[in-house]
Amino acid sequence: MTSAVPGKGLGPVETGASRAAGERRFHAGGPPRNPSGLALISVMVGAFATLASWATLLDLRTALATVGVAGLAIDACLIAFGIIAVVMPLVPAIGAVAKARRSSRSLTVGDLITARMEAAASRKSSSVALGLVASQILILLAILFLIANDLAVSKTFFYLPLMRDSFLLILKAFWINIYIFMIAEILVLVWGLAVAIARLAPGPGGRPIRLIATFYVDLFRGLPAIVNVYLIGFGIPLTGLPVLKDLSQESFAILALTLTSGAYVAEVYRAGIESIHWSQMAAARSLGLSHLQALRYVIVPQGVRQIIPPLLNSFISLQKDTALVNVIGSIDAFNQSIIIASNHFNLSAVTTVAIIFFVITIPQARFVDRMIERDRQRMRAGSK
Amino acid sequence: MALIEIRDIHKKFGEHQVFNGLNLEVEEHQVVCLIGPSGCGKSTLLRCINGLEEIDAGEIRIHHERVTGPGVDVDALRRDVGIVFQAFNLFPHMTVLQNVVLAPMKVLRQERGEAEHKAMALLTRIGLEHKAHAYPDHLSGGQQQRVAIVRALAMGPMVMLLDEITSALDPELVSEVLNIVRDLAKEGMTMLLATHEMGFAREVAAKICFLCEGTVHEEGTPQEIFGAPRKERTRAFLKRIIDAGRL
Ligand SMILES: Nc1ncnc2c1ncn2[C@@H]1O[C@H](COP(=O)(O)OP(=O)(O)O)[C@@H](O)[C@H]1O
Ligand SMILES: [Mg+2]
Repeated sequence: MTSAVPGKGLGPVETGASRAAGERRFHAGGPPRNPSGLALISVMVGAFATLASWATLLDLRTALATVGVAGLAIDACLIAFGIIAVVMPLVPAIGAVAKARRSSRSLTVGDLITARMEAAASRKSSSVALGLVASQILILLAILFLIANDLAVSKTFFYLPLMRDSFLLILKAFWINIYIFMIAEILVLVWGLAVAIARLAPGPGGRPIRLIATFYVDLFRGLPAIVNVYLIGFGIPLTGLPVLKDLSQESFAILALTLTSGAYVAEVYRAGIESIHWSQMAAARSLGLSHLQALRYVIVPQGVRQIIPPLLNSFISLQKDTALVNVIGSIDAFNQSIIIASNHFNLSAVTTVAIIFFVITIPQARFVDRMIERDRQRMRAGSK
Repeated sequence: MALIEIRDIHKKFGEHQVFNGLNLEVEEHQVVCLIGPSGCGKSTLLRCINGLEEIDAGEIRIHHERVTGPGVDVDALRRDVGIVFQAFNLFPHMTVLQNVVLAPMKVLRQERGEAEHKAMALLTRIGLEHKAHAYPDHLSGGQQQRVAIVRALAMGPMVMLLDEITSALDPELVSEVLNIVRDLAKEGMTMLLATHEMGFAREVAAKICFLCEGTVHEEGTPQEIFGAPRKERTRAFLKRIIDAGRL
């Protein structure tokens, strides 16, 4: 404890332990940096944001009145927003000032620890206030954009009466999108796995299969989905091939999207399979399982757990790609909304489609989060 | 009669010559230990016997049947040759019981009931029946390695290859694993094990083989190898082991 052990070959190295206590002391640092400057800035910026918010809310009130949206309820809402706009940034900013003052007071009486704690708390409150102001200003800009030019933006994209009247029509057409992506997703799950396994075919015998699978993936990843849909949707009927040519437009869409998405999903599967350590394959093969059995019972089930999030990404992009069927004339939600838009010279129905696509993806993301969490708990928790 | 005969095998990893005319025999019911410095090819040798690695020249025979080279059904070979790895390699997405019954059901085509019955009997023998429905992550290293041994035993192998099965374990967990190996040895299981547990090797092995420079550099009974090694390299290796306090 008192001196370094004179080890073999260790030169006269002075270690920390070899110094007598007292020669050297631990310093936790000097007085804190003064936080008042930052606190004052956040108060000033907060005050500016408040004024800007009120000005914008007044503008909004005028704009709403021109389209007949006015009254007590609206005013109450606006006032509520006005109050929030004051409270949000100013409360933490004022808190920051108060803490800064407490900090300097502690400093004058020599209480270094409290001074440091208050200074840190003050800086934290300032940063909260500044962050809130930044988001507040972004929201203000968005509102200004929507009400600019006599609500031109709002009317073009969010004309509520039209959205309401066309909603059912669009929802019905959206069924086509659902039908296409549901079937395509099931097919893609199977097809993508098959391609991935083909890309991993072992040995010299597997070489031609590997090459073909690689070529397929390269081809369909490079080909824009819209071109693929067009080629298949218009091309196959022209070929006059029996059975194939009589398929519905939706079937061509499903085929095209499966081929495109399958190339991506095959890569996702492959990444998942290759992420499993080779020793798992060795263990499975050492028990006498064949290559395919090892993949099926050991490698793929583990790989799939890793790839659920990227798989969902592929699915969401597949779902969005169903809108491409409009190039071959299927009346899906997007095509339907385009028809409505051109009849009314207004894009609000298209906005409805955008919203629907947006809305269906959210529960999927949450569902996958939960699934992953459950799976993780099951494996961690040991016996069920 | 020798159960495993390894004749003059050669193997290269790229430029690196792992085996350079290696010969080795394991008699039926015999326990043979492979010792040697890290990287001398102990794991590779075991993996070759199990068909997980291919050799460049020479041959390996089990029960006089050639198990290397073209035309060998490696899946059939592996049914009769069990191997246990240093890192356990249990399947983490399956429970202990599922780990054990997978191969008997898929390879030997046993009914689930039959396979589970046998698996439970084996698990009971090693005192892990209460962990049958646990996942490997929830087991200690020693428990995982015992399950890995049972998983290999469930296939009813004629030979067990054990590759440094205690190297990844905390010291206090080593004995529970070695006890199983000891029991297997008493029952007459033919075993070839790579190990750094020299005390254990001395106790269970009928023959010790010191691997060095791609061949079996020296072999003999534990008394011969540990008591009076004839070759310089063997002595140097054993001295290093003793210096490390492992003998
Ligand atoms: N798959 C491989 N590719 C290339 N070199 C390898 C491979 N496996 C093992 N080796 C090399 O072969 C030698 C023997 O390895 P190994 O059998 O694991 O030794 P040991 O088990 O005795 O420590 C080492 O030098 C190692 O680096
Ligand atoms: Mg090894």
